[in-house]
Amino acid sequence: MAKTQITVTVNGKAVEALVEPRTLLIHLLREQLSLTGPHIGCDTSHCGACTVDVDGKSIKSCTMFAVQADGADILTIEGMAAADGTLHPLQEAFRQEHGLQCGYCTPGMIVRAYRLLQENPNPTDEEIRWGLSGNLCRCTGYQNIVKAVRAAAAVINQGKEAAE
Amino acid sequence: MSETALAPVEERKEKICGLGRSRLRVEDARFIQGKGNYVDDVQLPGTVFGDFVRSPYAHARVKSIKKDAALAVPGVIAVLTADDLRPLGLHWMPTLAGDTQAVLADEKVHFQNQEVAFVIAEDRYAAADGVQAVEVEYEALPVLVDPRRAMDDDAPVLREDATEKDDVGQGARKHPNHIFNWEVGDAGATDDAFASAAVTVAEDITYPRVYPCPLETCGCVASMDKVRGELTIWGTFQAPHVVRTVVSLIAGLPEHKIRVIAPDIGGGFGGKVGAYPGYVCSAVGSIVLGRPVKWVESRLDNLSTTAFARDYHMRGELAADADGRITGLRVHVLADHGAFNAHAQPSKWPAGLFSIVTGSYDIPAAHCVVDGVFTNKAPGGVAYRCSFRVTEASYLIERMVNVLARKLDMDPAELRLKNFIKAEQFPYTSALGWEYDSGDYHTAMKKAMEAVDYAGLRKEQEEKRAKGELMGIGVAFFTEIVGAGPSRNCDILGIGMFDSCEIRVHPTGSAIARLGTKSQGQGHETTYAQILAEETGIPADDIEIEEGDTDTAPYGLGTYGSRSTPVAGAAAARAGRKIRHKAQMIAAYNLEVHEDDLEFDVDGFRVKGLPEKRMSMKEIAFAAYNRVPPGLEPGLEAVDYYDPPNFTYPFGAYICVVDIDRHTGETAVRRFYALDDCGTRINPMIIEGQVHGGLTEAFGIAMGQEIVYDDDGNVQGATFMDYFLPTAVETPVWETDFTVTPSPHHPIGAKGVGESPNVGGVSAFSNAVIDAFAHHGVNHMPMPHTAWRVWQQCRDLGLEK
Repeated sequence: MAKTQITVTVNGKAVEALVEPRTLLIHLLREQLSLTGPHIGCDTSHCGACTVDVDGKSIKSCTMFAVQADGADILTIEGMAAADGTLHPLQEAFRQEHGLQCGYCTPGMIVRAYRLLQENPNPTDEEIRWGLSGNLCRCTGYQNIVKAVRAAAAVINQGKEAAE
Repeated sequence: MSETALAPVEERKEKICGLGRSRLRVEDARFIQGKGNYVDDVQLPGTVFGDFVRSPYAHARVKSIKKDAALAVPGVIAVLTADDLRPLGLHWMPTLAGDTQAVLADEKVHFQNQEVAFVIAEDRYAAADGVQAVEVEYEALPVLVDPRRAMDDDAPVLREDATEKDDVGQGARKHPNHIFNWEVGDAGATDDAFASAAVTVAEDITYPRVYPCPLETCGCVASMDKVRGELTIWGTFQAPHVVRTVVSLIAGLPEHKIRVIAPDIGGGFGGKVGAYPGYVCSAVGSIVLGRPVKWVESRLDNLSTTAFARDYHMRGELAADADGRITGLRVHVLADHGAFNAHAQPSKWPAGLFSIVTGSYDIPAAHCVVDGVFTNKAPGGVAYRCSFRVTEASYLIERMVNVLARKLDMDPAELRLKNFIKAEQFPYTSALGWEYDSGDYHTAMKKAMEAVDYAGLRKEQEEKRAKGELMGIGVAFFTEIVGAGPSRNCDILGIGMFDSCEIRVHPTGSAIARLGTKSQGQGHETTYAQILAEETGIPADDIEIEEGDTDTAPYGLGTYGSRSTPVAGAAAARAGRKIRHKAQMIAAYNLEVHEDDLEFDVDGFRVKGLPEKRMSMKEIAFAAYNRVPPGLEPGLEAVDYYDPPNFTYPFGAYICVVDIDRHTGETAVRRFYALDDCGTRINPMIIEGQVHGGLTEAFGIAMGQEIVYDDDGNVQGATFMDYFLPTAVETPVWETDFTVTPSPHHPIGAKGVGESPNVGGVSAFSNAVIDAFAHHGVNHMPMPHTAWRVWQQCRDLGLEK
C-alpha cells in the first residue's frame, strides 16, 4: 500500500515517518518509533491504555490514523519526566499512593491525568473519577489512582504558588 | 567485628524493611515511565505476525478451506490449517484436564470464533488482510447452548472425536455430551439430616459465564533458533514452567531446548493459566519459517475464545433445626465446560476445590455432586481471581444461608454467628474433608458489625421500608482454600504443586533471588524481598527478585489461586533460613565462638551476652567467599522447594449497603466494608491494593458481567461496548479492615489475599441487592444485578410506579 510521509513532534523531538493511510497512531508510536509505553487493551476505544496527548487534548491513539496526526505535537508517557530524569509529580504520586499494580493502564492513566489537571488544576474526587472515566484499570479499583491524582495536584499547585 | 557504633534496632529494622511494612513497590519505577516490557513490546528483528481465521458458526462442518486468495495478498507469507499441522501431530493438543482440544478446526468447529486457520504475514495489517481473504465453506449443524439440554436423548452430539471415549479426562461418562460426574460427602448422613430437619430450604442459583478480562490480552512471540535448535517463547504466562513442559510434551522438543519467558504481564486473573492455539501456531510458524512469530489477541478474541470462568448451574439445599442450627447441606451442580474439557484445575479435582462449599459453618453432614457437560461455547473454566471454583462454592453457601435466614425469619448476621465454626474448633475438619488451619470467625464478624453499626443500619432499613424505599444490607462471610497445594492433593499433568526459591548472596552483601511463580501485578519483586530481608537480615533494597524465565528460575507451578505467598512465599522464607543457618556457621568461625553462642539480631549475628561482639550479614557475605569453616563449601546460596503440608484458609467479613431506585432499577452502593484475615501481613499497602482491586472485580461480576449466547451460539457482546468493566465513576469507595490469625503451618504464618475480595465481594453485593427485596418475599435474584434486571424485579412486585 502506498505510503504517506508525515512529520510529528513527539516528546519535543521532530520526527518524520512513512505510514500507510490506514496505520493507526498507536502502531506508529509503538512499532516505528519504539515508544512502547502506550499500550493496546481493546479494539473499541474504551480502555484508554493507548492514551497520548495530541495538541493539548487526550487522544486514544488506537482510534486516530497516523496521517491525521501530521504536524501534531504529541506527548507520551516517555516524555513526562523532565530532561534530567526528574519524575513528573503525577509519576511520583502514582508510586507513593500505590496507584498501579500490573502497570498496563498506567501510561495512559498518567497521560490522561496530566491533561485533566491542565483542564482543572484543583479537581474534587468526583471530578477526578469523571475525568478518568475513559481509562479502565482492572487491578487497583481506582481508589489509589484518585488519591494519586489528588496528591499530584497538590504538589503541582504548591509548585505554582512557590513560583509566583 | 563491626567497628562502627550500631544503629538503634528500629532504625536497622526500617532499613531491612521486612514483614509488616508498607514498602513502596520496586516494579513501579519502570511502569510509571513507560518502560515496562510486556509481550507486545518484545520487538525482535524479522518478526512476522500471526492472526486467526475464526468460525462464524458455533457448530458446523468445515467442508473446505481455500488459501490461494490469501496467499496472493501482499505481505502474506503462509496460511496454516489443521491439515498442515496434522503431519506434526499438532492439530490437536492435550488440555490440562485430560481432554484434547483442536488447535485448528479439524473437520468441525465447536464454538463461535473457534480457530480455523492461522495467517502469517509481514505485519499485522497484512495478516488481517490475509484473514479476510481465506475462503472457508461450512455446513451448519444443530447447536447446543443450554447445558440443561446437553444430556437429552435428542441433543446433538458435539464431540464426534470423543464419542467412543469412555473418559475425556475425569471419569466415566453417561452421554456423549457428558464429561464427568463427581461426588463428595456422605449421601446417607445428609439424607438423614434432611429427613429429620425442622426446616429445609432449596434454591436454584446460577453463577453466569464471565471472563477474567485483564487489560492486556493474551499473546506470545515464538522464536526458533534453527542453528542451536532452541525455541524461545515470550508469552503472557501465569505459569511459565508448566508451559515449557507442555510445549516439550506436545512438540517433542527436548525440554532443555525450550526457553519460556513471561515478561511483564498486564494482569492475569486466571485467564493466562491455560494453553491456547495461538501459542502452538506461533511456535509451529517460527519452526517452519525460522523467523520470530508474534501473535496478540484482539479484545474480541480474548472475550469470546480464551478461558471463561464459572458457568455453574447450582441447586443448593439446607436443613436446619428450629433454632437455626444448620444440620445438612446438599448441592448439585451442572458445570458448562464448553466445547472441550480444558478447565485449569489441579488434575485430581474435576470441580476444583468446590468442596469447600460448607463455607465458614459447622455443618455436620454434606453431600455434593457435580456433572460436567459439553456445549457449543468456548472452552476453559478457569478461576477468575479465585482459587479453583472456591468463588462458586462460597457464593452458593452465602446465598443459601440468606435464604434460610428468611425462612426462619432470622437476621442473616445472627444466623451466621450461630453456625460459624468456633475459634476453639481449629484445626477443623469439614464434612467434605478439608482441614481448616486457623480462624476466628466470630471476632471478625462482630468487628465488622460494630464498624458499620449494623444494628443502626437495620433500624434505618426498617424506617425506609415503611416509606416504600428499597435499602439492602448485604452480609457475607467467606472462607477460602488457597495455596495449591500439597502434592498429595494437587498436581498438574502429574507435577506436584510445590513452588520454589533460589537465593544467591553476592560477596558485597547484596543478593539475587529467583522464584517459580510469576507476578501479574501482585508486586512480587517487592514482597518476596521483604520476606527474604526478614529472614536473612539483608535489606530488601539489596535483594533483586526475578521470575518468569525458565532458563534461570527454579521450577515452580506459577501464580494463580492465591498460591504465591502460601507456597513460593514459604519457599522464600525457608531459603532465607538456610542462608541464615550457613551465615551463623560462618560468623561463629570468624568470631571464634560456638554457633550456639550466637543469636540473630536484625541484620547480623551477635554473641549472646556480648552484644558488641557481632558480625553483620554484609561482613558474613564477604567471609562466605574467603573465610569459611574447614569442611564447609564457600559461597552463600540456598534453594528451597516447598511442598505445603496443607492449604491455607483466609477468611473475611464483608458488609455492603445499597440503595435501589425502584423506578429505574439503578443500584447505588452507599457503603462497602471489607474485613480480611490473611494471616501474617507482609506488606499492608499491597494487601489493601489487592482488596481494592478484587472488590472492584467482584462489583463488575455481581452488577454487570455476563457473556451471553443466543440460541445459535452467537456470542452476544464480547467487546467493551457490552461487557461491563467498571470505570472510576461506577466503582464504589472501599473501606478495608483486618484481623490477623496466622496460619499455624506456614513458615511465616501468611495465607494469601489476592482472591479473597472477589470471593467475598460477589456474595456481599448479591446479598445486598436481594436483601433490599427481602420484605417482599424475594429469596433470590439471578446475577448480574443490572438495572434492567433489578427494574424487572421491581415491576414484578408492582414497585416501579
